[in-house]
Amino acid sequence: MIKIDRVSKWYGPVQVLKDCSAAVARGEVVVVCGPSGSGKSTLIKCVNGLEPFQKGTITVDGVSVSDRKTNLPKLRARIGMVFQHFELFPHLTVRRNLTLPQVKVLHRARDGAEKKAMQLLDRVGLRDHADKFPGQLSGGQQQRVAIARALAMDPIAMLFDEPTSALDPEMIQEVLDVMVGLARDGMTMIVVTHEMGFARKVADRVVFVDQGEIVEDAPTADFFAKPRSQRAQLFLSKILQQ
Amino acid sequence: MFANFDFDVILRSLPYLFYQGMTFTLLLTALATLGGIVVGTLLALMRLSGVSFLNLPAAAYVNLMRSVPFVLMIFWFYFLVPYIGQWITRSPQPLQVGAFASCLITFTLFEAAFFCEIMRAGIQSIPRGQVAAAEALGMTYPKTMGYIVLPQAFRNMVPVLLTQTIVLFQDTSLVYVLSVTDFLGAASKIAQRDGRLVEMYIFAACIYFLVSLGASHLVRQLQHRIAIIR
Repeated sequence: MIKIDRVSKWYGPVQVLKDCSAAVARGEVVVVCGPSGSGKSTLIKCVNGLEPFQKGTITVDGVSVSDRKTNLPKLRARIGMVFQHFELFPHLTVRRNLTLPQVKVLHRARDGAEKKAMQLLDRVGLRDHADKFPGQLSGGQQQRVAIARALAMDPIAMLFDEPTSALDPEMIQEVLDVMVGLARDGMTMIVVTHEMGFARKVADRVVFVDQGEIVEDAPTADFFAKPRSQRAQLFLSKILQQ
Repeated sequence: MFANFDFDVILRSLPYLFYQGMTFTLLLTALATLGGIVVGTLLALMRLSGVSFLNLPAAAYVNLMRSVPFVLMIFWFYFLVPYIGQWITRSPQPLQVGAFASCLITFTLFEAAFFCEIMRAGIQSIPRGQVAAAEALGMTYPKTMGYIVLPQAFRNMVPVLLTQTIVLFQDTSLVYVLSVTDFLGAASKIAQRDGRLVEMYIFAACIYFLVSLGASHLVRQLQHRIAIIR
């Protein structure tokens, strides 16, 4: 469903992505990991065109992201994205955060959008907080709202850009639980994360990125049993020691 | 010391001062603020756009407006606009632009330059992630601006915008150069007619002071009410 084909990206003279290729099938969960600054966040942002890239192609459900003729907003509306810093709209209530994009982008009727919002808030366990503002919620709660907001658009795939990195340790689990639930329901997901427990539990494949290159792309069990590359071995040994 | 003063003149002229003078002053302040914010916001969006044929003219406009004395602008517009209008419409005589319309145009255009800078700061204060989130949800540029960025920028900037409005309220007195009867103009006319300069000017100063003070208190209260919970 998502095909990344020899994508390269430069910030000025610095090449941040080097010939990255990967594919994600419908219903697949792929975890992207790697040291910080390796370009994994940049890579995932290329998938919905938030970051432009200079070479290569990315297609989502048969639509090219970099093609100038592509209606990018329309494509993005079909891909959910969850950010490291939640990025809920602070001037809107939780309920409005979920309904506004449905109404303004998908042109859904107010009632339907409202029903959908409450359904999803129920799913992430935050029905009672619908009329609060994001600033009144904890980080973990905000991130769950952000996931619900993305789901309200009925996305064909979900992108997670380090969804738990900005959270206090005790809130990480509640967000991961929601994500595990999503994965079990068959959502197509690309997840940039350091949570190796999550990767082991639900990922079909693990992609290891280092210095802008996809160094390793292996089924989860294989990746954890014995990563082929030395760089991945080093990374794993460091991260698993914690 | 006040024995020689006749403060009764104020009482006698109150209806004229407020119905004629203050109405003009407040109307001009309100309309110029509204127009200035609209035009200023558009200018700010132009300045922040990466497109040089939009941001260069906007920047030039703002810099020009901010480097010319306001009184000069008022003069300039009042005496030149009729001729420019004539030239554009190719009519045989200069276009008739009323004093109020002329003032309103001048104030709006002038304030727009200041509101532009305020809104620009407001827009820049919104984290990039908010734009990314809006775009990731499929919002186009107008929707991102209209529903996400501008409402937040506006709320963050309300105190500064209203403070600028208070300055504008005081600046409206500059219309005296066109012999337009605003509040100060009305006071000054009575003062000269009745030879009561000291009384009238003290009174006018008090009123400007009270209105400005009241408004800035209001701004402070509003600030707490509409602040975004973070």
